[in-house]
Amino acid sequence: MAERVLMKGNEAIAEAAIRAGCRHYFGYPITPQTEIAAYMAKKMPKIGGVFLQAESEIASINMVYGAAATGCRVMTSSSSPGISLKAEGLSYIAGSDVPALVVNVQRGGPGLGGIQPSQSDYFQATKGGGHGDYRMIVLAPASVQEMASLTIKGFNLADKYRMTSMILADGTIGQMMEPISFEDAEIETYEKPWALTGTEGKRAHNIVNSLYLQPDALEKTNFERYERYKLIEENEPMWEEYMMDDAEVCVVAFGIASRVAKNAVVAARAEGIKVGLIRPITLWPFPTKALRAAADKVKQFISVELNMGQMIEDVRLATECKRPVSLCNRTGGMIPSPEQVLESIRQAQKGV
Amino acid sequence: MAIVFEKPKALTDTVLHYCPGCPHGIIHRLVAEAIDELGIEGKTIGVAPVGCAVMAYDYFACDMIEAAHGRAPAVATGIKRCRPDNVVFTYQGDGDLASIGMAETVHAAARNENITVIFVNNAIYGMTGGQMAPTSLPGQVTQTSPYGRDVNHCGWPIKVCEMLSTLEGPEYITRVAVNNVKNVNSAKKAIKKAFQNQIEGKGFSLVEVVSACPTNWGMTPQKALEWVQSDMLPYYPIGVYKDRTAAKEAEGK
Repeated sequence: MAERVLMKGNEAIAEAAIRAGCRHYFGYPITPQTEIAAYMAKKMPKIGGVFLQAESEIASINMVYGAAATGCRVMTSSSSPGISLKAEGLSYIAGSDVPALVVNVQRGGPGLGGIQPSQSDYFQATKGGGHGDYRMIVLAPASVQEMASLTIKGFNLADKYRMTSMILADGTIGQMMEPISFEDAEIETYEKPWALTGTEGKRAHNIVNSLYLQPDALEKTNFERYERYKLIEENEPMWEEYMMDDAEVCVVAFGIASRVAKNAVVAARAEGIKVGLIRPITLWPFPTKALRAAADKVKQFISVELNMGQMIEDVRLATECKRPVSLCNRTGGMIPSPEQVLESIRQAQKGV
Repeated sequence: MAIVFEKPKALTDTVLHYCPGCPHGIIHRLVAEAIDELGIEGKTIGVAPVGCAVMAYDYFACDMIEAAHGRAPAVATGIKRCRPDNVVFTYQGDGDLASIGMAETVHAAARNENITVIFVNNAIYGMTGGQMAPTSLPGQVTQTSPYGRDVNHCGWPIKVCEMLSTLEGPEYITRVAVNNVKNVNSAKKAIKKAFQNQIEGKGFSLVEVVSACPTNWGMTPQKALEWVQSDMLPYYPIGVYKDRTAAKEAEGK
């Protein structure tokens, strides 16, 4: 049996990153992701790595950009307001096609908001955040085990597609403790001939850059990048289906909301309601195919979110509005109770 | 036939886009000559700024990266921390380094980050068409200070070398100019020293090069160089503002 250790969600991310070969961490303090930086500060100097506390979120993401350009596995972590500050760097990283891992342990917003768990950065993560046409791979862990395994997956995907992977977690999973295992971790490595390593007089100079003053040249880089994004949409969506076989109502939820939703699904089943759950694990690429297939079987969808209704737009797009989609939500750091979700399932069942 | 003059190897054959009379060409050349003479082109990684020198990545033959406005010292930090054996330099203007990137500049200096910073101060935003810079002189007319820089309204120009030299962190902070042959020769020595310091692991070295912008100053190249002498240098005096190694050696004597 795999060896299991009890870890806090945030620490699981940090340990997984180290196991994935990340030896460079640049960050700036913010609640509720503090444990990631603390873990790195303690561990990195002992394993020949670098932990550096930057002067700002802006500086830290630009340190990540520079480090990523050398081909190193590198990461930063922050929480919602800090991610807004990093948005400039995220856009440059996308435009320069370098791989990086960015963690957002979300808290309530907008503005300074609060420090309680939230999912209100769904739009920011999946639709851009920074300027320009670009995507990030967005991974949404729902357990401490997934905090670890998706971190490793995130590094692999970032290197594979030369882009940012974002772990979109929340304050609850960050603080939660669960037993986890690292034994199944698969570390992939990729050649990086584009990296800045010094020419050594053996090759033409490498340039890492996102400036193209000729519009046709800039358009071409965007077209090429979106060809890559198409491959990702084809090959990388991840999701979990729970009790969907005979479901007439489909609950859609990710992260901590999905765990509340799962309890509600079980309770509803006990009442004889045919309900199931689709849990997107990748938020981009969104598991469109799974939802489109579900739209042909179920009669009603419920999007359960810790925000004012953001993923619900992608649910409607994926299902092509074939079925009604309702919202069951709390926000500002509040979490819906299983009873609230159960009630929304009962209401949806009436509609069926 | 003996070659008496040639282009430094650390520069590519790309034609520079700079305006006639712009000293960026001279400063690029001084950087490239220093790289050539130290034999470090193969392990150098340069960071280009946003501003007139944005396309420096096409001009230097070493590996290059383009940073966001003001972020070059942070990008250089990321590179250097991953590849401590490479030589990393930034090339930045006054808007980039002393306005939007001031935090990155100050903290890279405070950490004594082992990088070389070439800071070109021509007291104006060149690429965007001549707006007031953090180093524009009192009374200087620019597009965004059309009645002359009023210090009561928008404050005083920042003396970067004077300010950074108050920090414990940095190794070497110096100001040079490129308005005449004598100053160009001194500038070359300072730039080479700033690279040499990094090779020797001494830490953060910044060379402020007082430059000119004939186009946006609305002057002929000749007049612009005269204005550097008559107006810029009295406010931004040439000199070594901090040299930790030299200071230590002097103490030891």
